[in-house]
Amino acid sequence: MPDFIAEWLNKNEIFTAMTLMEYWDGLVTTVHLVFLSLVIGLVVAVPLAILRTVRNPLVSGPIWIYTYLFRGTPLLIQLYIIYYGVAQIPGIQETFWWEIFREPLYPALLAFTLNTAAYTTEIIRGAIMSTPHGEIEAAKAYGMNWFLRMRRIILPSAARRAVQAYSNEVIFMLHASAIASVVTIVDLTGAARNIYSRFYAPFDAFIFVALCYMALTFILVFAFRKLENHLLRHQRPVNS
Amino acid sequence: MFDLKGYGPALAEGAVITIELAFLSLALALALGLVGASAKLSGSRVAAGIATAYTTLIRGVPDLVMMLLFYYGGQVAVNMLSDYLWETRGIDFFFQFDPFISGVVTIGLIFGAYMTETFRGAFLAVDVGQIEAAKAYGFSRWHTFRRVMIPQMLRHALPGIGNNWQVLLKTTALVSIIGLTDMVRVAEEAAKAERMPFHFFVPVAAVYLALTAGSELFIKWLDRRANVGVVQGN
Repeated sequence: MPDFIAEWLNKNEIFTAMTLMEYWDGLVTTVHLVFLSLVIGLVVAVPLAILRTVRNPLVSGPIWIYTYLFRGTPLLIQLYIIYYGVAQIPGIQETFWWEIFREPLYPALLAFTLNTAAYTTEIIRGAIMSTPHGEIEAAKAYGMNWFLRMRRIILPSAARRAVQAYSNEVIFMLHASAIASVVTIVDLTGAARNIYSRFYAPFDAFIFVALCYMALTFILVFAFRKLENHLLRHQRPVNS
Repeated sequence: MFDLKGYGPALAEGAVITIELAFLSLALALALGLVGASAKLSGSRVAAGIATAYTTLIRGVPDLVMMLLFYYGGQVAVNMLSDYLWETRGIDFFFQFDPFISGVVTIGLIFGAYMTETFRGAFLAVDVGQIEAAKAYGFSRWHTFRRVMIPQMLRHALPGIGNNWQVLLKTTALVSIIGLTDMVRVAEEAAKAERMPFHFFVPVAAVYLALTAGSELFIKWLDRRANVGVVQGN
């Protein structure tokens, strides 16, 4: 190790093993929260997106209202409504739900999941709607019923078209998760805020955490690029 | 229903602050976006490199972290500068970094990066023949940029600007976290004091919804106007 780095490490009071542990715990919380909300959000979004393409307005209407409300308001407000609102539901404090929802992690998880599910529903819906008509006609000509058509033709081809927009949504969610620190969750940003207020060192605390987020972002970008190459390999030019 | 427990005027003032914040940030973002896109397309490797570093950096970091860094870091930087000036020159210089300015600067910088990408794409969509024609008429580079590129690029940039604006509007809610008394902050304090979260947050959410929905209609109208006379083939 070069001397000047060793000297700097010896002299600095902020990046000790203890604060690094705090950042690590924050990183684990952030990844945990983002991963869970993305997975649950995606699982919820696929059926919602399919129902959203149904012609009957009684089916697609409520889903449109849901996505419109969650996409038209800031996530911070949604988080506040759920975090402060749950405690106000009459009688909840006597049920077992209170044991779960008094932890700030679960209101945050619920808010993030509902938010990402709304955006993901619209992304998948867009991809389903832009399925080339010939593909559906061909599937019908082969006698496939609606369910088989969805499973074998429409959804796989929609997934390919959705992956790029979805990767943006994943990165957006990672960045949006920083607001979890506002409801006392010690995620990466929460750890940085604690360390800032202990040492009054904004540059050290926040630049370090910015670098952590940047590393996470680039890992995600790289992973999605790999996935996209894999899914779209049939479209690659022959000599490359 | 509309009885806001006496918080109505404070919420209305907060809403005005939110809107001011959004428009000032938009102006900064548009200016930065134009500069960034011109730098990326300038052909100068240094300028393009700086612009690329800027957009990559911004897209890797959450807006809230950036805002905290600017707000808390900005004050420390001002304090250090003020100490230095006082000791070396005897100049008395100080100003309080307030949340509004930090908010405008941070949101402007973040969306400047997104606008850079939008404008870059839009500039590239301008027909090369138009630029050649301008050259043939003896237009200077600046003249071509101002009279040919910008008017024709705007039509292509409009949908992207609209999307960025929608996201920007919702990002303004974050400035309440660093202490700006916008409508989100007022609602939070009222909700805590009165123990009525729905009562205060739902109207604020409705204001945001009205702003995003109204903007959507306005952008559609602008888009239709900008595309008058363009034959769209399908």
